[in-house]
Amino acid sequence: MSTTVQDLYETTVGLEIHVELSTRSKMFCGCAVSFGGDPNTRTCPVCLGLPGSLPVPNERAIDYTMRIALALNCRIAETSLFHRKNYFYPDMPKNYQISQYDQPLGSAGWVEIEADRGPTRVGINRVHLEEDTGKSIHVGGSGRIADSDYSLEDFNRAGTPLVEIVSEPDIRSAEEARAFATELRAILESLGVSDVRMEEGSMRVDANVSVRRRGEKEFGAKVEVKNMNSIRSVGRALEHEERRQRAALDAGETLIQETRHFDEKSGTTSSLRTKEFAFDYRYFPEPDLVPFEPGDEWVGRVRAELPELPAARRERFAQEYGLADGDVAILTASKATADWFEQAAAAYDGPAKKIVNWIIADLFGLLNEAGIELADSKIAPGQLAGLVELIDSGKVSGKQAKLVLAGMFESGADAEAVARDKGLEQVSDTGAIEAAVDEVIAENADAADKVRGGQTNTIGFLVGQVMKKTRGQANPGIVNDLLRRKLAP
Amino acid sequence: MPIDRAAVDHVARLARLDLTDDERERMRAELTHILEHAEKIQALDLDAVPPTSHSVSIRNAMRPDEVTPSLSPEEVLANAPEVEDGRIKVPRIIEDA
Amino acid sequence: MDELIWKPAVELGEAVRSGEVSAVEVTQAFVDRSEAVEGAISAYLQVTADAALAEAEAADRRRAAGEPSSPYDGVPIAYKDLFVTKGVRSTSGSKILDSFVPPYDATVVERCSRAGLPMLGKLNMDEFAMGSSTENSGYGPSRNPWDTNRVPGGSSGGSTALVAAGGAPWTWGTDTGGSVRQPAALCGLVGVKPTYGLVSRYGMIAFASSLDQAGPITRTVKDAAALLGLAAGGDPRDSTCIPGGRADFLAGIEEGIDGLRIGIMPELESGEGTQPGVLSRVQEAYQRLEKLGATLVEVSLPSFEYGLSAYYLLAPAEASSNLARYDGVRYGHRASGAEDIVRMTSTTREEGFGDEVKRRIMLGTYALSAGYYDAYYGKAQKVRTLITRDLDRAYETVDLIACPTSPTTAFELGSRTADPLAMYLSDVFTVPVNLAGNAAISVPCGTSPDDGLPVGLQLIAKSLDEPTMFRAAHAFEQDLGWIHSPEGRPPL
Ligand SMILES: [Mg+2]
Ligand SMILES: [Zn+2]
Repeated sequence: MSTTVQDLYETTVGLEIHVELSTRSKMFCGCAVSFGGDPNTRTCPVCLGLPGSLPVPNERAIDYTMRIALALNCRIAETSLFHRKNYFYPDMPKNYQISQYDQPLGSAGWVEIEADRGPTRVGINRVHLEEDTGKSIHVGGSGRIADSDYSLEDFNRAGTPLVEIVSEPDIRSAEEARAFATELRAILESLGVSDVRMEEGSMRVDANVSVRRRGEKEFGAKVEVKNMNSIRSVGRALEHEERRQRAALDAGETLIQETRHFDEKSGTTSSLRTKEFAFDYRYFPEPDLVPFEPGDEWVGRVRAELPELPAARRERFAQEYGLADGDVAILTASKATADWFEQAAAAYDGPAKKIVNWIIADLFGLLNEAGIELADSKIAPGQLAGLVELIDSGKVSGKQAKLVLAGMFESGADAEAVARDKGLEQVSDTGAIEAAVDEVIAENADAADKVRGGQTNTIGFLVGQVMKKTRGQANPGIVNDLLRRKLAP
Repeated sequence: MPIDRAAVDHVARLARLDLTDDERERMRAELTHILEHAEKIQALDLDAVPPTSHSVSIRNAMRPDEVTPSLSPEEVLANAPEVEDGRIKVPRIIEDA
Repeated sequence: MDELIWKPAVELGEAVRSGEVSAVEVTQAFVDRSEAVEGAISAYLQVTADAALAEAEAADRRRAAGEPSSPYDGVPIAYKDLFVTKGVRSTSGSKILDSFVPPYDATVVERCSRAGLPMLGKLNMDEFAMGSSTENSGYGPSRNPWDTNRVPGGSSGGSTALVAAGGAPWTWGTDTGGSVRQPAALCGLVGVKPTYGLVSRYGMIAFASSLDQAGPITRTVKDAAALLGLAAGGDPRDSTCIPGGRADFLAGIEEGIDGLRIGIMPELESGEGTQPGVLSRVQEAYQRLEKLGATLVEVSLPSFEYGLSAYYLLAPAEASSNLARYDGVRYGHRASGAEDIVRMTSTTREEGFGDEVKRRIMLGTYALSAGYYDAYYGKAQKVRTLITRDLDRAYETVDLIACPTSPTTAFELGSRTADPLAMYLSDVFTVPVNLAGNAAISVPCGTSPDDGLPVGLQLIAKSLDEPTMFRAAHAFEQDLGWIHSPEGRPPL
């Protein structure tokens, strides 16, 4: 994208995020919330929408929603209502979703992100609570709904508490959207209210994107983009969409309001449906539920129990550990990483920066290769601290430490044990090294003479020979010292 | 306010009722008639009156987040018209036309 | 047997407890009577006589062991088919649920079973409780034991026809706009619409959730108070059910009504097409109440005349959403051969629902749809506020409000089916009570001099003031003496 094109147009993005809450039981019944399991084994009259069944709200789900709303700087409603959103879909048992409409639990909040244009507040329009649908499997054709022969319904997921977070259209680029989604995920993770795994669908991001000529008053046609299964795809999909819409406007085409599907493989979007058919959800207050009036006491309790949020933690990391912004950003992108780092730093006496380097430069590489999360790795934070201490004490070299870490990653054993087992201990025992040094001096009399004669650059060759003899285990600093002492002019 | 045929068709589609032509015509006349009776309240000035959606004054009804037993899959599927692999089978899913 | 079937349920309970008669004998008497009258009144949709007799045997064993489950252990009952019953087909009168066998019991059923009441079966009703005659049942109408060419009223018409004919000592109905009180009045019985939230709605197949309440149908006021006492009380499975323990509605019921202030609305009741015979019986009833020590006070409830208009927007709107679940996917009827989900669902619903249900779904969908919500649903909710305010204002000067239950006595089968609006007018006196969530009872006040058919008096009480309501109704019933006289029994 050339800068001239960027200057001609302005992109507007609003995100709508659905988050499955990690409560024990479902939103309106006692069925367990769980991933997987045999189909239709976690269902009851309520979440199957059987005649006569009635919903009763899960207290923890209300609590979690308030937690989210407060963390996003929202106002908590004095009176909040559930509404019915009516539309037919076979994976929605009652053919209405219990959701919230004009009285959501939270509204008028904001999240601050770091954007190219500086720190930017993205408004939060609303935070509301609703129920999830079941899952359809499409049989026949390519496995996608469009060309399937029939579908199969599993209602295990039906009724899982779902929080919907809607941003204001304050986002100006794909990059800002990515930053917003990342920050939001970090906040949700810190609150401990959801697994926030986009790949597994516990966090789902939809975007409304429009592009208009700079200076125009009206927003461009709103295009809804769906099926972005990771934060990275949010960025990719929106970059593509921005480009596509700008190109269309350049070519003098008119954009239409529609819903588009993002294809992970091709990195492009394709039209799912045009919005000519206007949905008419016939919202009305859910007569099976009574209003919520959280009140100061309840809101106060939830507020008091809020954990440290990512922004506060970042500031603390910079100050307490003296870390650079880049390092802080990487460490705090996920709560698990930040927690892990803090535990490792606490177990280590030296500067935390050393721990950071090992995490970012080495441990992340191993995790990437293995394709697992830090939380799933076998290394405990204290063990990494142990490794760095081993280096500090000179027992292993930096180079050896990388091999030790790989061994620890594989087995989960302590650094010292791995170093010993793999024969990776640096020999610092002067006696053993001295013997090797003497041998090398005897075997390389010419080189030794040169050193004695003042050609100190030859000393490197002799150090190499000693290292070879000790199969790399000698502490090179000690070897160097010994050679210099014995070959002093 | 008389209801026209287009409104009947729209509402029948929203409500997923595959009404016959005769039924649609009858529905148009009957709904018009019933809504005429409802016009009575159209004339009232109710701007200052709050709506009532519940006649009980209960607030914050909730249940603790505790797991209770689910139905067995046999019970769940016993009433299902068509089943395959423990799931309920439905014809091809399309959007509202 | 004759002696048994006309005995009030409370007395049957005493007779079983004292060993005068066994639960099996009592249950067998009602099973036999049910069988004998069913051809004439078509009250049942499901008969569970064998199970009832087995439960009666268990009740007898409990009595022998000195551990009866309740004072009514072994006194049989039957339920409107709108209550779900575990393992027993529950249709709500609809063909769309023809094959539906619930895996759970409604709270009302569960509590009555726990009290030891054997279940005789499930009873006919207007489809999804939408109607005032049972003619909208997917399984054909029930008939009034007082005149089998006439309707028993509705929607709980199967439940009232059966009790009136002596086929059960008591039954449960449900009342959304008068569906317990109106058929009780038309069959010469007691019918109660409790305060909204007093009885759990869990397991009641929903018609209009914010108005639906379960209600006892009995021959005497005491029976109604006793049956309500078995089922009332908080239920953690219903968010709209008022928390709290059970209440004893029999306590204080005999205390009389000296000093009670009863509101009447002479203008309103003569202006709503009320039959002269109904009017004269009801006015006699007012005088009787006065004679018993009550003071009659004229009250003005100007919003009452808007009740029907509001009701026929609110109830269909809620119903249109409540009935969306009947889509042929998980249970009930499914149309065969449809190629896609939209056709399958639309055809299933077209085939499975009757005319009145379709009409109300259409009406309710229209009232909620974009552009009409404020004009229809929104306005109707505000009328609901006005009616509640009017009633609350009236309760400042009176304890109860009296009026006819139904403007007419039982009408002939087929006489109103052509005009839905005419049928809706049956509910003019009952609907405002549901809109306000108040309690009300219909108690027989004899037969109309016009046609010899039963007339019901409605007593309306403020929310949770069932004790005053029962006390007045009982005093009136005892003084009238009609239900205990031969005139109080239908000719069937
Ligand atoms: Mg949503
Ligand atoms: Zn469930």
